[in-house]
Amino acid sequence: MSLDTAAVTGQGEGPSGRRGLDDLRFALRNPKLLAGGTVLLLLLLTAMVGPFFVSGDPNAYVGPQFAPPSGDHWFGTTSFGQDVFTQFVHGLRATFAVGALGGGIAGVLGMLVGFVGGYRGGLVDEVLNMVTNIVLVLPAMVVLIIAAAYLEARGLMVQGLFIGLTTWPWAARAIRAQTFSLAGREFVDLARLSGRRSWRIILREVAPNMYSYLVMSFILLFGGAVLIAAGLDFIGLGPTEGVSLGLMMHHSVTWGSLHLGTWWWFIPPGLGITAVVGSLYIANVGLDEVFNPRLREL
Amino acid sequence: MLTLERVSKVYRVGTFGTQPLNAVRDVSLTVPPGAVVSLIGESGSGKSTIGRMVLRLTSVTSGTIAFDGRNVAGLNGHRARKEYYRHVQGVFQDPFSCFNPIFPVDRVFELLRGEYFAATPDTEWRASMRRSIERVSLDPGQVLGRYPHQLSGGQLQRLLIARALMLDIRLLVADEIISMLDASTRIDVLNLLGDLREEGLGILFVTHDLSLGTYVSDTTVILRRGRIAETGPTGEVFASPRHPYTRGLLASVPRMHRTWAEADAELDAETGPCPVHDSAGSEHPADPVEVGAGHFVGCFSNDTCPE
Repeated sequence: MSLDTAAVTGQGEGPSGRRGLDDLRFALRNPKLLAGGTVLLLLLLTAMVGPFFVSGDPNAYVGPQFAPPSGDHWFGTTSFGQDVFTQFVHGLRATFAVGALGGGIAGVLGMLVGFVGGYRGGLVDEVLNMVTNIVLVLPAMVVLIIAAAYLEARGLMVQGLFIGLTTWPWAARAIRAQTFSLAGREFVDLARLSGRRSWRIILREVAPNMYSYLVMSFILLFGGAVLIAAGLDFIGLGPTEGVSLGLMMHHSVTWGSLHLGTWWWFIPPGLGITAVVGSLYIANVGLDEVFNPRLREL
Repeated sequence: MLTLERVSKVYRVGTFGTQPLNAVRDVSLTVPPGAVVSLIGESGSGKSTIGRMVLRLTSVTSGTIAFDGRNVAGLNGHRARKEYYRHVQGVFQDPFSCFNPIFPVDRVFELLRGEYFAATPDTEWRASMRRSIERVSLDPGQVLGRYPHQLSGGQLQRLLIARALMLDIRLLVADEIISMLDASTRIDVLNLLGDLREEGLGILFVTHDLSLGTYVSDTTVILRRGRIAETGPTGEVFASPRHPYTRGLLASVPRMHRTWAEADAELDAETGPCPVHDSAGSEHPADPVEVGAGHFVGCFSNDTCPE
């Protein structure tokens, strides 16, 4: 993703200056954004609405063991007779939840630290920058593994919280740099001369100039959180209760579905994670092209 | 009204901020109500820094800036600062960067409205905004609702002046406000400043343009490397400059019926001794010395000066 200043300062190329409409027109014409967005929306819809139709406990033993996909069990069953489709739909929901929570926490933290450090400067910035760098060099995965191993009862919320608390630094650094350059502009001085409070200047003068960047940061953080959660689940440090896509893969590998050739157990969750993260990233590239006039295919 | 007392600004530069950079050194001046004080100096002479310090956008390293006897740096709390900006406003050098590029230009007025005129009815506010814009000889219908990149530098700069006029200002820091204007609008704005001065507005006019300085100002302050080289009533400073730097500046103005050789000869002729080091026993050794009524000359800082 490029930190192009033209995109960030928002000097859109639209001759009329109606930037929002221009962006929308380019967005609707961008195949990457459309494709990524459609896949993502379908998955999101499945995750939100699906569990109401596929009712019941996803871990309940409902059918024959090792049944391949059929009319009764769309995605087949596990070695315990659990329905893979039910697990998939519930797992998708968990995946979106952990992505939203982890990405959301990381996004808010990153913006807070980045905006305050970049706008205030001086000692505040030094301290915040130091904290950012420390968290940045922490081997996040290792910390997550250790933390997850020590926690007795692990839930989605705890997992999302930990992911959020460890992945914000790069966003904070990028936002800080942008804020630095924007805060030196005279329109910020002018807002100060107009008696504005600092936080309102940050939110209303500085932030609107980098909305596109903030949206893209959140998308990347969201995708990152999904991947980290899947990794943690896969090595068995996921939620102790419930179901998630990573956890499904963990169980399938643990109970030897690779050797037994029960592909319907591990393909759906793997494909689900790939589809979520892949569509997010493709949509992100598309968004970049929409916001950045230089990448637009005219 | 505005008094600067031995104001200095030191920036830390270099690796780990080890080297001091004296942007402004021991500058003292006053801007009385209804007077225009022009700060003249080359790039990097500290004139804009002084303006920014008066507007509280840059901190003061030492010395005091007082407005109506109150130290400006000591204004604590949002309310006190807001009250200060009600009376003291600035117009900056680069109009393009003064406008947030993603909003229409009306935004600079909306900011003021939100903070200072929240109770004013909408129609009344719009009327006074239009009046203010017309005062800087702009057509409100032509500029309002436009984006900054659709207007010229001169239009933007005049909008900024119009914005400052919305408030009940008593001091205007005008940092190179004429630089973006063409000759015909320049005189309009200068005359507007003249009218405002008649109404009692004090203006700190920052410029590098000597002719503008003489045209508008009552008092001239010539800055060089952050220090005051020469200051005094404008007529006095321009008629009988004493500091070699001022003399050099004035000699560089092209004149009719005088060749550059003549100008150089005149310049070389009579530069007296440095008055600061000629008169012994002042309290602060490097302070400017009074050579005429209100006419001060700073140290020449040439080879013969001890510093």
